[in-house]
Amino acid sequence: MKSYDIVIIGGGPAGLAAAVSAKENGIDSILILERDKELGGILNQCIHNGFGLHTFKEELTGPEYAQRFIDQAEKLGIEYKLNTMVMDISPQKTVTAMNRQEGMFEIQAKAVILAMGCRERSRGALNIPGYRPAGIYSAGTAQRLVNMEGLMPGREVVILGSGDIGLIMARRMTFEGAKVKVVAELMPYSGGLKRNIVQCLDDYGIPLKLSHTVVDIKGRKRLEGVTLAEVDSNGKPIPGTEEFYSCDTLLLSVGLIPENEISNGMGVQMNPVTSGPEVNESLETNIEGVFACGNVLHVHDLVDFVSEEAATAGKNAAAYVKGIRQAGGGRDVRLNPVDGVRYTVPMMVNTARMDENLTIRFRVGGVYKNCYVSTYFDDERVIHRKRQIVAPGEMEEIRLTKEQLLKYPDLETITVKIEEA
Amino acid sequence: MEIRKLTCISCPMGCPLTVEMEGDEIISVTGNTCKRGDVYARKEVTDPTRIVTSTVKVIGGKADMVSVKTREDVPKGKVFDCVKALKGVEIKAPVHIGDIIVPDAAGTGIDIVATKNVEEV
Repeated sequence: MKSYDIVIIGGGPAGLAAAVSAKENGIDSILILERDKELGGILNQCIHNGFGLHTFKEELTGPEYAQRFIDQAEKLGIEYKLNTMVMDISPQKTVTAMNRQEGMFEIQAKAVILAMGCRERSRGALNIPGYRPAGIYSAGTAQRLVNMEGLMPGREVVILGSGDIGLIMARRMTFEGAKVKVVAELMPYSGGLKRNIVQCLDDYGIPLKLSHTVVDIKGRKRLEGVTLAEVDSNGKPIPGTEEFYSCDTLLLSVGLIPENEISNGMGVQMNPVTSGPEVNESLETNIEGVFACGNVLHVHDLVDFVSEEAATAGKNAAAYVKGIRQAGGGRDVRLNPVDGVRYTVPMMVNTARMDENLTIRFRVGGVYKNCYVSTYFDDERVIHRKRQIVAPGEMEEIRLTKEQLLKYPDLETITVKIEEA
Repeated sequence: MEIRKLTCISCPMGCPLTVEMEGDEIISVTGNTCKRGDVYARKEVTDPTRIVTSTVKVIGGKADMVSVKTREDVPKGKVFDCVKALKGVEIKAPVHIGDIIVPDAAGTGIDIVATKNVEEV
């Protein structure tokens, strides 16, 4: 059996940044396994601009952003296999994978970095009534068809869900000559970035209907139209508000779910809120030497933060392989997300292992205006930051230092919460 | 006097902005809750610009399509003209990031360039 120091599952933005970072931190034996025919992952179909403002201080398109990291990986001589599907990883880090050239094969890894990304929530998860005609796509599928295959899914489009991919596709389909009639969002607020609402919908006069959903689908073979209705505060359709839209295409942009079949198979402990692994300050899962980063860990809005997070995972995996990671000593401090904060990544911090600086990322469960994002070390409030607005669509972060934590030798819990002004 | 209504994109707040104009002159910006909203509104009503991104067909390449963009922002009013300038355009592989696909798109003086590498088969 072949063996590598670090095997990285997935060659998208997270896998690439993790590989580059691991190499720069002294590991030569690295292998990336990618199931698609090229590196770069989902960025290859995200042809719009707006990537890289944080990382490169310029606005790149998805393929350009990916290429920057692919070039770095090539330059560093990082090994990768394309068209290769990972089937299973054992708790002892034996990776079972397959491709057309080698058939089924096994690779032994000293450390594993999970970077599989996420998948779109499908129609099946929504319980939309009606027939199942052709013409209903997830927004990402339509994006791949239009941008990579050069195919148009349809001419008259309704979009359900205001996730960023749906908004981006509203503009993209408009450019390709389609009529995008409306975007319906179940929640009373949009799930996408403000800038996408303005530049993808408002610019083209596409209406966004908040608190609306699809209640019926018409058409047996091909979609003929959908019925939208307003929903009440419990998300239930309000009778009498139904409105019919004729269309041949319905795009679903209703959320992303980390793709963790392999993680589950190897016994990685999951966080039910993020559907991603529970990790510590090193982005290490409950299985020693198994790290996670990017959208497989929790769904991000900006790839820049994926790259940053993945670099941390790569660095820590390198330290683990070299055996220079502090194993003993220090205190394990739990993070406790409450009062509007849905989750934090990481969920646990070891005061000995942590770097000088630690970024805690989290999302809130609703829209809060004129509030405070507060951090408590046990009962003492140590950060109290005024915010004009926090919203579920935009990931938040707080930064802690080792120095700060070491001042509290008995610290057990770090609580992150939203406090009303 | 003309009234323009915008949504600020400077942060998730999304302040509803109202701009009062007299011809090309901005009389007032209201609705913003910070300085950035004022700056955004003034730029958006006097000189709104966008990067246009799309795809074109590739002949003899490892991929069927190559992604493209206007190298710089173009005036918002020229967005659809740039999209039209790409209609029917086909390019022979290999194509590399930065290669000019359509020079001086729609008279904007700005080239449309490739944003992806597509090698020959």
